[in-house]
Amino acid sequence: MVIEYMGVQEISGSLIVLDGVKNASFEESVLIRLENGTERAGRIVQIDGQHVVIQVFEGTPGISLTNTRTRLLGRPVEMPLSMELLGRVFDGAGRPIDGLSDIFPQTRRDVNGTPINPVSRVYPRNYIETGISSIDCLMTLIRGQKLPIFSGSGMHHNELAAQIVRQAKIQGDDAGFAIVFAAMGVTNDVADFFRRSFEESGVLNRVLMFLNLSNDPIIERILTPRCALTAAEYLAFDKSMHILVIMTDMTSYAEALREFSSSKGEIPGRKGYPGYLYSDLASLYERAGMIKGSTGSVTQIPILTMPNDDITHPVPDLTGYITEGQIVLDRTMDKSGIYPPVSALPSLSRLMKDGIGEGFTRADHAAVANQLFACYARVQEARSLSSVIGEDELSPSDKKLMSFGRLFDSKFINQGHLENRTIDQTLDLGWQLLSVLPREELDRIDDKMLDKFYKPDI
Amino acid sequence: MNNSIYGINGPVVTVLGSTEFSMLEMVYVGDDRLVGEVISIDNDKTTIQVYESTTGLCPGQQVSGTGAPLCATLGPGILDNIFDGIGRPLKAIEDTSGNFISRSVNVTALDEQREWEVTITVNAGDTLTPGVIYATCPETAVITHKCMVPPWISGVVETVKPSGKYKVNDKVITVRDEHGAIHELTLCQKWPIRTPRPTVGRLYSSAPLITGQRVIDSLFPIARGGTAAVPGGFGTGKTMTQQQLAKWCDADIIIYIGCGERGNEMSQVLQEFSDLYDPKTGRPMTDRTALIANTSNMPVAAREASIYTGITLAEYYRDMGYHVAIMADSTSRWAEALREISGRLEEMPAEEGFPAYLPSRLSEFYERAGMVKTLCGQTGSVTVIGAVSPQGSDFSEPVTQNTKRFTRCFWALDKSLAYARHYPAINWTDSYSEYIDDLTEWYKTNVGDDFMECRAQITTILQDESKLMEIVKLIGSDVLSDDQKLIIETARTIRIGFLQQNAYHKNDTYVPLNKQLVMMRVILYLHKSAQAALKSGKPISRVIELGLFDKAARIKYDVPNDNLELLDSFFSEIDQAIKSL
Repeated sequence: MVIEYMGVQEISGSLIVLDGVKNASFEESVLIRLENGTERAGRIVQIDGQHVVIQVFEGTPGISLTNTRTRLLGRPVEMPLSMELLGRVFDGAGRPIDGLSDIFPQTRRDVNGTPINPVSRVYPRNYIETGISSIDCLMTLIRGQKLPIFSGSGMHHNELAAQIVRQAKIQGDDAGFAIVFAAMGVTNDVADFFRRSFEESGVLNRVLMFLNLSNDPIIERILTPRCALTAAEYLAFDKSMHILVIMTDMTSYAEALREFSSSKGEIPGRKGYPGYLYSDLASLYERAGMIKGSTGSVTQIPILTMPNDDITHPVPDLTGYITEGQIVLDRTMDKSGIYPPVSALPSLSRLMKDGIGEGFTRADHAAVANQLFACYARVQEARSLSSVIGEDELSPSDKKLMSFGRLFDSKFINQGHLENRTIDQTLDLGWQLLSVLPREELDRIDDKMLDKFYKPDI
Repeated sequence: MNNSIYGINGPVVTVLGSTEFSMLEMVYVGDDRLVGEVISIDNDKTTIQVYESTTGLCPGQQVSGTGAPLCATLGPGILDNIFDGIGRPLKAIEDTSGNFISRSVNVTALDEQREWEVTITVNAGDTLTPGVIYATCPETAVITHKCMVPPWISGVVETVKPSGKYKVNDKVITVRDEHGAIHELTLCQKWPIRTPRPTVGRLYSSAPLITGQRVIDSLFPIARGGTAAVPGGFGTGKTMTQQQLAKWCDADIIIYIGCGERGNEMSQVLQEFSDLYDPKTGRPMTDRTALIANTSNMPVAAREASIYTGITLAEYYRDMGYHVAIMADSTSRWAEALREISGRLEEMPAEEGFPAYLPSRLSEFYERAGMVKTLCGQTGSVTVIGAVSPQGSDFSEPVTQNTKRFTRCFWALDKSLAYARHYPAINWTDSYSEYIDDLTEWYKTNVGDDFMECRAQITTILQDESKLMEIVKLIGSDVLSDDQKLIIETARTIRIGFLQQNAYHKNDTYVPLNKQLVMMRVILYLHKSAQAALKSGKPISRVIELGLFDKAARIKYDVPNDNLELLDSFFSEIDQAIKSL
């Protein structure tokens, strides 16, 4: 017999409180039926005896104290899974919205997932060639990595993500490659941009889209990445596919979490975000990786816009502590027309050191990347000096650094939206730039390699 | 008595009306028997933090007490193993629940089936006091495990089994205490993780923990039994520094706590440690390492416990007379776990939402470090090196500031150094070590009389440089005198050739103290010779053109660690080159 609870006791923000509930279990999903026949989904977020707090994903507009019937479903929020997922479009809570039929599930899984046992992880070593020089050379993307793009409103992060999707080459068979796209709080235009670019690159039939757009229910946004990652894990680890997950925009996600937390009356941490923001973000990002016994992988590229371009804002800050590096976009570069506006110095890929070099990319890769970083760091010093005393007054070596810096920005970082550079082209370009500098300046590269690759223009 | 669950909020569960639980008692929660711990008791309400995910838990399910606080099981089999935050072996969890950690996995902390080659070291009739070693067994190829009488037992040995093969739970001796009670001792014992293990007393530590990292050993050394904090924002190389220390420091045993860190990083540590051979013994690193892994997506309450589990294991090996080093990466995640649970308990927050007891918890942890005389009369030490991940890379936040109060070494990692790929990115102006005075004598007798003198000169040059750089930033380097330009050049050589260390270069990843000293001598000799040349009117540009500074900066790569004689000729080379001007 199914028990329905009539009415609610209290409504606060996106939460409703029911009293006299028996046999509720924590994080159980519930179905709320309104008098007008519409249905809403929810989840139990707190229990005090028979007093139960429910989070309503679609929000509480229209709910009164008496017009609802709530039914406990006896299971946590689950995502139906099967190979049919490919090519489909879902809303933020994992329900199909492309007008096609429901998914006939092979299995259903709790969207919260379970942590991967650290000893069952395979340390990721295979690199993904994105065809973008700055990323391939300086912050190489590795299969199974989580590498976020830190951006700001108005910068070209979407174009960059779309280009990565278009050009990303997964070594070996192409058949087992799919993209999971989770949109959280982005505009219709952005979602449409991604849809078009997937279509243009001919991958639309291997894309799963989860759309919670900026005008969709906010609390549903908390489920969106979880549904997406549950699908990704299923395809990767059960079906041995290589999955690239793009999640945009994580800042909107964190804001949804903040809204939920404050309506629950929790003690706020920094900037009003809940104290568990770190654990919560980690429960998403840590779902990237590779595991023993499966050839598949989950690679994540979360995109977040830094409010006021502030990298110390809690969302980018905590994200940086969890993810394996970051690609930071820079507004001044973006303004001066450099695409992609990747700011080389704060960007980093933690997994690249073991995924590059002989057998992966090229033997000289690490040396080139290191030297480019070191020289570019000195370019910044020279630039700040020249802004005070003028470039003419700089020492000859600083002048050389300045011209290296200009070439670095305009030739190496800058590239066309459709320009796909191979790793060899990228590294050769790196050497070409380094050859502008005198040999003594290249203190990160040993002599043998310099003899082989260093060719100053005569 | 009805001990049923009343409320559930994340990892926090409340039970109403029960009076039978005690503070910090370990309990099993619900039908799935999730592991939990009592963290607060009111007149009518008991609050429990649960170490596993509480999804699906229902009010009304039973909570059962164990009558004991959360304990670590101590015995052979800890080394070469990896545990979760509450001391359950992850490999055994993998065997029972597969690649993903499911809940309520019932595994024993130590392998109960494995047989150890045990030597019994006591005879019937011997009087045993707490801490006396009654049995030993080779735990790994390099570490001998010593079974000690638990601190609460003493008495006369009644029966003794012969030496031979035993499992951890086999009873090997019996002891009759003064009240006539019989205690049966196995190879293992339990110890509550939040209580420090007893010792005879603390000892003054005058020897350094040698790490082979130049910036640490030469500039900011840490004593055995000391404490150090490694703060740094993301991407500054905290984890890399910790791993280098774990690999190369001269402690007998390493306990590596991955507290709220990345899963891929833990799998990297696992792989690297088993691939890395200890130069002293020729055995894999894992033979003397235990890992504790609570990745950032594992339950938050277990993250809070992981630090204590780690230090309890360390103290246990210390009691056997070993020198143990703990790497805790990162203590900020642990502090955040405290904050998260405190928030769920609706406690009044102090600074930035952290609970008011943050400083006392931090000091409790760091004070468990130290060089001690153990109960069995030996000397052992626990050195704690804790990484701190300051929010927004701001060192004024509460965790960094409070940690600074309780640690005596501070190795500040600097973002701008890391951006320039200057690793280890330890900033030489912000960092400090309070152990210098304690260790001076040791360096003088064991490395060289002039070690501390050289160190002082190096730090002076670096300080002078940072003052000069302020001028250069404002008006350029042209205005500097030749003397000042020389300081900048020497400081550059020190930075590139001495402070920067390449973890991936075979000669450079570990540098013995005598090479560190010779490197300092060479750089300072070069500096002095160049100074003399300038005095006699030679221009700085010609001195630099000699290429001596670049050559000095490459010593780290060019001179192998075991062939320092190569450097002897360098001194005369400097003399000749300067003379030739």
